[in-house]
Amino acid sequence: MQKMPPWADALLVPLLSLLIAFAISSVVIFAIGENPVEAMKLMVTGALGSSYGWGYTLYYATNFMFTGLAVAVAFHAGLFNIGGEGQASLGGLGVALVCLMVPWPHWSLALIGAVVCGALFGALWAALPAWLQAKRGSHIVITTIMFNFIAASLLNYLLVNMLRPVGSMDPATARFPAETNLPGLGEILGAVGIPFSTSTPANVSLFLALACCVLVWVLIWRTRLGYQIRAFGKSEKAAVYAGIRPVRITMYAMLISGGLAGMMAVNNVMGEANRLVLNSVEGAGFIGIAVALMGRSHPFGVFLAAILFGFLYQGGAELALWTKIPRELITVIQALVILFTGALDNMVRQPVEWLFARAGRGAK
Amino acid sequence: MDLTTVLQILDSTIRLGTPLLLACLAGLFSERAGIFDIGLEGKMLAAAFLSAAAAFVTGDVWLGVAAGIFAALLMSAIHGLASITFRGNQLISGVAINFLASGLTVLLGQYWFALGGRTPSLTGDARFAPITLWGAEALREVPVIGPIYYELISGHTALVYVAVAMVPLSAWLLYRTRFGLRLRAVGENPAAVDTAGVSVVGIRFAAVAICGVLTGLAGAYLATGLSAGFVKEMTAGRGYIALAALIFAKWRPWYALGATMLFGFLEAISNRYQNIDLGGIVIPVQFMQALPYILTVVILAGFVGKATPPRAGGEPYVKER
Amino acid sequence: MAAERQQGRQAAAAPDSLAIELRGISKSFGPVQANKDISIQVRRGSIHGIIGENGAGKSTLMSILYGFYRADAGEIYIGGRLTPIPDSQSAIRAGIGMVFQHFKLVQNFTVLENVILGAEEGRLLRPSLAKARKALADLAREYELEVDPDARIEDLSVGHQQRVEILKALYRQADILILDEPTGVLTPAEADHLFRILKGLREQGKTIILITHKLREIMEITDTVSVMRRGQMTATVQTAETSPEELAELMVGRKVLLRVDKAPAIPGRTVLKVENLRVRDENGVERLKGIDLTVRAGEILGIAGVAGNGQSELLEVLGGIARGAGSVQLNGVELDLSGKHSDGQSRRLQGIAHVPEDRQHLGMIMDFTAWENVAFGYHNEPEYQKNALLMDNEALREDTRRKMERFDVRPPDCTLAAKNFSGGNQQKLIVAREIERNPDLLLIGQPTRGVDIGAIEFIHKQILALRDAGKAVLLVSVELDEIMSLSDRIAVMFDGRIMGFRDPATTDERDLGLLMAGVDDVKGAA
Repeated sequence: MQKMPPWADALLVPLLSLLIAFAISSVVIFAIGENPVEAMKLMVTGALGSSYGWGYTLYYATNFMFTGLAVAVAFHAGLFNIGGEGQASLGGLGVALVCLMVPWPHWSLALIGAVVCGALFGALWAALPAWLQAKRGSHIVITTIMFNFIAASLLNYLLVNMLRPVGSMDPATARFPAETNLPGLGEILGAVGIPFSTSTPANVSLFLALACCVLVWVLIWRTRLGYQIRAFGKSEKAAVYAGIRPVRITMYAMLISGGLAGMMAVNNVMGEANRLVLNSVEGAGFIGIAVALMGRSHPFGVFLAAILFGFLYQGGAELALWTKIPRELITVIQALVILFTGALDNMVRQPVEWLFARAGRGAK
Repeated sequence: MDLTTVLQILDSTIRLGTPLLLACLAGLFSERAGIFDIGLEGKMLAAAFLSAAAAFVTGDVWLGVAAGIFAALLMSAIHGLASITFRGNQLISGVAINFLASGLTVLLGQYWFALGGRTPSLTGDARFAPITLWGAEALREVPVIGPIYYELISGHTALVYVAVAMVPLSAWLLYRTRFGLRLRAVGENPAAVDTAGVSVVGIRFAAVAICGVLTGLAGAYLATGLSAGFVKEMTAGRGYIALAALIFAKWRPWYALGATMLFGFLEAISNRYQNIDLGGIVIPVQFMQALPYILTVVILAGFVGKATPPRAGGEPYVKER
Repeated sequence: MAAERQQGRQAAAAPDSLAIELRGISKSFGPVQANKDISIQVRRGSIHGIIGENGAGKSTLMSILYGFYRADAGEIYIGGRLTPIPDSQSAIRAGIGMVFQHFKLVQNFTVLENVILGAEEGRLLRPSLAKARKALADLAREYELEVDPDARIEDLSVGHQQRVEILKALYRQADILILDEPTGVLTPAEADHLFRILKGLREQGKTIILITHKLREIMEITDTVSVMRRGQMTATVQTAETSPEELAELMVGRKVLLRVDKAPAIPGRTVLKVENLRVRDENGVERLKGIDLTVRAGEILGIAGVAGNGQSELLEVLGGIARGAGSVQLNGVELDLSGKHSDGQSRRLQGIAHVPEDRQHLGMIMDFTAWENVAFGYHNEPEYQKNALLMDNEALREDTRRKMERFDVRPPDCTLAAKNFSGGNQQKLIVAREIERNPDLLLIGQPTRGVDIGAIEFIHKQILALRDAGKAVLLVSVELDEIMSLSDRIAVMFDGRIMGFRDPATTDERDLGLLMAGVDDVKGAA
């Protein structure tokens, strides 16, 4: 069969899916009595028209890079980690504990401690589902869903009963000490002479996320572990023939995945909120699924898709502020992106393949 | 604990277990036909919203139920299109459906009612009233049996009885009819059904449609039976608990009744007590809330009775020799 | 010449005596034309064999007849009438039943439930089950087709499962029965039983189409035989008027090389020593029941046997894929059979290379490029590493280019995904990967399955070259010809045991066949 060129597979199909998702979203906006073009304009100016908007866009994108990479690494191992939400909230717990309990002298050291601890907690929360999948064959999709709920209950318990400062009614930890406050993007860019709003939550974690994109790329395509993860993800039987150990690879892939999700907490818990609140992840774990699908599990694709979703989030907030369109529009767009780039991939792909096959025959 | 307290807890067990039971049976039909469905939550949510909206507008709860079923069927159609027609990933499709319902219900709710995603409260014929079974009033004063019959068995809304009736009906349909045989076969080995000259796609769509109807009932019950109207995210993870119950029930109808009632019981307990003091050991309410999920993980781990899902589950059917 | 023969030999049959006639059937899968303008006539009440190599297009043709695929062109006549068969339902209605190579049974259903599936009477099961129970009893009596109607499929032997498939077809009133490679999974005794059943069916006026690549079966049971080669029907002849040699020539298109030219073996020290090797599968069933064998340097030991008698498990446990018990020594060093070092990596480090039987599912990753597949199993080799962290992909590609050139893999593009190569070229890539490691012991299973003739010769030569370089080779094949022509010694496996050893110079197919059927070794051990 005449195959599509790789660029069509990597770019054309996702772009088409995205277009369809946006077209349907426009119909939805139109149906609720708003003007899709105006809405789009508002979103673009709100999210990308000022350094303030960019700051929020990049803040959200940072979250989604972490969770998107988490899902992508697991995808490469043929595992669907739907538990980014729980792993990120456990990461938040780790970050909160390390920020509150260790007297950090400087933010840079605190950042290292938080990265290690957040990743560790996230990885640990992924470890049991991974182990159950590897050793007992328990379906990882179901176990990670269950672990999201268990994480929510656990954090609820800890925040209400243990971590809440005395006298506070709010189920949240105390504020982290000022030494742990991360420099914002405005400060960093300002230091090198680029004017950027200082009142946005974007912070140094953005660079951490970018570094993670590069590191994941190196891991997947340049290291032996990545080679083994990809081979195992394509065929477990063949992997065993090649002497690749399923249990080990499942564990490694899920630990890395959970660790990446847990690292998200450095951005939202440490960089933005400066304390751990209930439901701190706010669905970013699930958006990671859309981001990974959209980005075809490639770190660069994840990077682009994370920016896109960051834009949607900030733009959606602006929409809710200035029009009658509620924020939930973003959830709908997100659903449509997952639907078309993920589940209905064949619907978009088959006509494209057919066109290429026809063009290929025509050329001969 | 006196009898009244026990009866009250069991009574709310039934009320809280009913949506789980309907959703669990819905998942059972879908998964027995080889279509994994983690979109139960979204279907229920869509159904809850549209049933409340329709019941409010028409003032007729049964029209509300019909609208709820319609909404869930639409979601099922998307799931079927993605996972049967286009052989997409069933899990991803389910995730998409959950988000779609979560977003659309608020979007449309805000557009129609401008109450921040809620529907107006339902009153009168727009919601289900309890049904007093025959002889309940008369028997009420009889010791033990009277209160049990009056409190526990009588006095529920119509959909509770529908849900319970669905259990034997489902069992009969699955194990005693041609359709059930084919449905189970499609979930185990679709090639066997295909080569026998029966359409795999047809059976799978039928199963997904049944799943839609049942989740429609579940959602309608939430909004018009258990509560009086729709509120944002009102399913609150019940679709996932139903999924957990389905695994707990090993994909069997009668077990599904047991599993959903157990999970309903846990919910009833945690609604009633903040903390449970068991002779010095205090069990926090959060533990009770997490217990269904913990139990399901334990079952999945296979340490207590292995749950084997249908063999062809999650796999799109592609013809091959 | 083939066309002449077809006209010459096949008597112009009266149309009503024909069960099936296919005219001008063509079918393509993408650029691959699986069937090219095929015409064939099948007489009513006959057993008609269709023979051809793997990939000749036999199964595709029968799948078209059963409505599983749609032909791109051509017509199907059933009983003289033009009958379009767009789906399996139509085929069943036209009286066609098919027994697929891979059974289409629901494992956790009973025999009865499987039989009625799709042929139920009415909406409720009970009457259908009762009717089927009676019908099955009748069929059992008539055709030696006894099966417990209430047994679950997963508890039945393969032979019994096949009977259920035949019963399914007969229950649907099939007049025409197509069997696709039915004996591949059967013991000789089961195969004999099957043939008795088929003869009984013929006596009752049923028409049977038997697809196989085994000449012996064709000669034994068919009335007429059609030969397919590369998607085309090359001839149809009366079985009584032909010979295995002629059929083989028609299948392959030229004289078959029944013997490979090879120098006599010069066996050296013992490389592999296996004692009392036992393997259980995941269900706890013992698949290897105490294997003892040795392979010496410079020697090819061929393992013959019907598929499914433990050969795969033997390769898997030696290759580190499956766990086992007993003793295996390589160059005098005991191998770990069940512990931490019983994996493919340890085996490769110890000098065992493995060309697996299932090339597409074990031997390579179809979505990986050629160069990624060349690293498969050898991804830890120092020469493929740039430093402690990174792999040296450029070195790997260079090495792949070299291997592809030496083994004449076409197209010689190392960045192409494995799935885009033909079966023969995929196999050459795997053989290159494994042999170029210069292993002490080569395990090689079904080396030429689904491989074109040219590649077969090439691969055989490579195996012999390795032997002549003083290495040990353990060869597993279900093709007796291959075993006979390559091996220096032959071991025959049956039911997880070795029935005996033979010298290929002094044995023949009949002798080996008896051992393969589990008849005790009377000639004495080698």
